[in-house]
Amino acid sequence: MFKDSSLNTEKLVESKPGEERIKIVQKIALETQKLTKKFGGLIAVNNFDLKVNRGEISSLIGPNGAGKTTVFNVITGLYQGDGGKVIFKGEDLAGKKPHRIIAKGIARTFQNIRLFSNMTCLENVMAGQHCRSKEGTWSSIFRTSYQKKEESEIRKIAKRLLQRVGLWKFGDELAKNIAYGNQRMLEIARALASNPDLLILDEPSSGLNDKESEDLMKFLKSLLKENLTILLIEHHMNVVMGISDWVTVMDEGKKIAEGVPEDIYHNPLVIEAYLGKEEEEEEEI
Amino acid sequence: MRIFLEQMLNGLTIGSFYALIALGYSMVYGVMKLINFAHGDLFTLGSYLGFTLLVWGNAYVTSHVGLAGGMIAAMLIAAIGIGTAGIIVERIAYRPIYPAGRLPAVVSALGVSIFLENIIMVLWGPRYQAYPVNVVPTLRFEIGGIHITLLQIVILIFSFILLAILYYIVQKTTFGAAIRASALDRDTAALMGININTIIFFVFALGPALGGTAGVMVGMYYRQISFTMGWNYGLKAFTATILGGIGNIPGAMVGGLLLGIFEMLGSAYISTAYKDVFVFLILILVLIFRPRGLLGEKVAEKV
Amino acid sequence: MKPNKNIILKNWPIFIVIIILSVSPFRMNNYWIDVFFFFGIYALLGLSLNIVLGEVGLFDLGHMGFMAIGAYTTAILNTHFGIPIIFLMPVSALAAAGFAWLVCSPIIHLRGDYLCIVTIGMGEIVRLTLINNPFGITGGPNGVFGIDFLSFGGPLVIDSSIESYFVIWIVVGLTILALINLQRSRIGRAWNCIREDEIAAESTGIDVRYYKLLAFVLGAGLAGIAGNIYASKLMIVSPESFSFIESCMLFCIVLIGGMGSIPGIIIGSAAVSLFPEIFRAFARYRMLIFGAAMVIMMVFRPGGIWPRKRGSVEFKSLLTKAGEDNV
Ligand SMILES: Nc1ncnc2c1ncn2[C@@H]1O[C@H](COP(=O)(O)OP(=O)(O)OP(=O)(O)O)[C@@H](O)[C@H]1O
Ligand SMILES: [Mg+2]
Repeated sequence: MFKDSSLNTEKLVESKPGEERIKIVQKIALETQKLTKKFGGLIAVNNFDLKVNRGEISSLIGPNGAGKTTVFNVITGLYQGDGGKVIFKGEDLAGKKPHRIIAKGIARTFQNIRLFSNMTCLENVMAGQHCRSKEGTWSSIFRTSYQKKEESEIRKIAKRLLQRVGLWKFGDELAKNIAYGNQRMLEIARALASNPDLLILDEPSSGLNDKESEDLMKFLKSLLKENLTILLIEHHMNVVMGISDWVTVMDEGKKIAEGVPEDIYHNPLVIEAYLGKEEEEEEEI
Repeated sequence: MRIFLEQMLNGLTIGSFYALIALGYSMVYGVMKLINFAHGDLFTLGSYLGFTLLVWGNAYVTSHVGLAGGMIAAMLIAAIGIGTAGIIVERIAYRPIYPAGRLPAVVSALGVSIFLENIIMVLWGPRYQAYPVNVVPTLRFEIGGIHITLLQIVILIFSFILLAILYYIVQKTTFGAAIRASALDRDTAALMGININTIIFFVFALGPALGGTAGVMVGMYYRQISFTMGWNYGLKAFTATILGGIGNIPGAMVGGLLLGIFEMLGSAYISTAYKDVFVFLILILVLIFRPRGLLGEKVAEKV
Repeated sequence: MKPNKNIILKNWPIFIVIIILSVSPFRMNNYWIDVFFFFGIYALLGLSLNIVLGEVGLFDLGHMGFMAIGAYTTAILNTHFGIPIIFLMPVSALAAAGFAWLVCSPIIHLRGDYLCIVTIGMGEIVRLTLINNPFGITGGPNGVFGIDFLSFGGPLVIDSSIESYFVIWIVVGLTILALINLQRSRIGRAWNCIREDEIAAESTGIDVRYYKLLAFVLGAGLAGIAGNIYASKLMIVSPESFSFIESCMLFCIVLIGGMGSIPGIIIGSAAVSLFPEIFRAFARYRMLIFGAAMVIMMVFRPGGIWPRKRGSVEFKSLLTKAGEDNV
């Protein structure tokens, strides 16, 4: 059922670009309503509405300090929001703990890679499956046959994922010892290991060279075929324009524009936000 | 009421010891993120150094410089000596380990602590030592029914002057700003042109120096000193540091004074036997409700 | 048949250690057997602290408090109600684990050094309370004495040095087996993830709070068992045995050996328990040497004597089973 609807979405995207798509409510994978987050006096995210369509790649862009990462952190439960809702699969996730949210199907990566540095790449991806496995303390201590079976299943899935991101050859290396670009891919593999419905990536191409960015884009596109929805923060405009189906722009905690990439590319408000803002007051929507 | 005021005064006195020692923990922690477990034993070393100075210089003190001069000289020399010791400890036991992370440094600090404790035992013997009576002011008087000793007043004045000077340096001067900046984020501070080595030198000299001074004061106040007392004082002072918010200089002062007062009030009104239990319970309660100590700010870790 | 042979061949150093440990007491006098008994106690405590400190990276400097709960539970219940030691072993473990759960629940969210001071405070509260003889049951500074030997019923009473030696080392052995299994499970992985990066762990789906508490509870339970064995061997327990300094020693065992490394912990506990014995000739200088050795050790081997080696086993199992060569 899930699969069907996402297929439909893709067709709809082609036929009806722009405004009308927002009306197709049931196609929405994730939605934030009036999301707000304050740090002391600073309102990092201000009544922010975000919609992510199922089976698409959506991007969240904006100048430095716009509050993008903060939006991700509130969605994934790392920060407690100061208001607003995060609606996913018909449920408000606001205020839930991060480990519950990933169990619900939202997995993430971090802007500054956060791997388990002193564990091997294989272990990193195995750890990613934590919320999809369930053997407990006693069965682990006594190594019951059921526990062994689950472990070997976890290992196999980890292996498959490492192969997909091209890191199987580093499976037994410590995560801190592999190249930066590989670490980014490993982090994505770890997120995928939780078998998410929505994958959110914070600047996945930062620090990658052109070739690596290219591969990453291909890889992300290939994920769409597997029933996955992707939301990403990006700074590289070519990446954003190349793979996004939908782009939301934020500045100073607020949404200033959203639309298909071509529209955003030519939107004067967006250009202003990036190039400086002489008429700040009038920008507000 | 009389008991209350007397205990408050005693509490302040002990609290000022704790505050002086706590500053050493807090400054080192702020900049290095290291719990310097050797600090308590540097304090003991200071106490013994003061003891030896006063024993040797006994005749000279009574005939030439007077009680006040003797006290100041003992504290000053102990401060210089222990400050130097602090720097030596940092060079030998901590500096080589910084790259390896925090935990090995904790073990190294415990090693230094055991080493210092035992070297004190070897040098001065395992038995209690007593500060000479004739070089410590013994005058005691009564104000409105409250017993106060001259020594208490002198100690309070000295420690508050020291605390005030330190407070001024850290909160009001450029150098203090550099220390606070390094405590917030050492790498960024270094990028901003702050010489981290100078800062490290400073905190490892000044922290132990204050501890050594406190050691001399404790020796005068209680007379008896023992080579194992560093554990107890160190533990209390460390507790005070955390109570105030570790890495926070005013926090260490407040934490130390409060801890001394809690301890004395606890022993007066609850039970002497349970006074330390009381102190630790307060600490735990404070941390449950203010996980970063009394003056520590709540910071959301940046992700 | 074949795999069995393989296990012995591959792990020959382990089997040599086992053989040495089981033969050597017959060639030692009682003094040294007792030294090795305490080595075993330290090993068990080191392993139990290793769960908290080595696997999860939580600074616990009050671990002796848990042992004290176990030891006093055994001592009091045995001397007052005559309950046999063997039944009190699980009871002590549960008492210590329950205590850990109670006191750690409200403070488990504290970070690094704040948690450290709270565990110190917790350990000190336990010790001071025992000294103060609440309700007249802990015997104050003198402690509780007249504890029975461990008895398995009938003539099987553990009343000689050599017997208690075997009891403690068998318990250590079983603990090691359990810990190896835990390390290779999703529980152990979750622990290590928390140690590496708490925020990433939480976002990876690990209930950080639960796994931290689990580590404390298991670690305390093991320490409680150590307390039980200790109490019945010495026949007396007193508060001094559970001081802050002892907790610091356990901390050192884990770091000198290597965090999370089981062979490392054994070596670390050997260092801490045997060193003072070997240097007994130096009498008053030996602790001085010991302190210096700790510093030197950390300067030259900050990762410990035998750091944990990761991976390999899992990785290799995947290689051979699948028989693929896309490496
Ligand atoms: N934990 C925090 N405490 C205080 N302020 C914070 C915290 N996290 C973020 N901020 C502030 O909130 C604002 C938004 O930060 P955020 O990291 O979300 O920006 P961003 O859009 O991701 O920027 P960048 O492109 O640089 O990653 C910034 O001004 C930042 O300084
Ligand atoms: Mg960001």
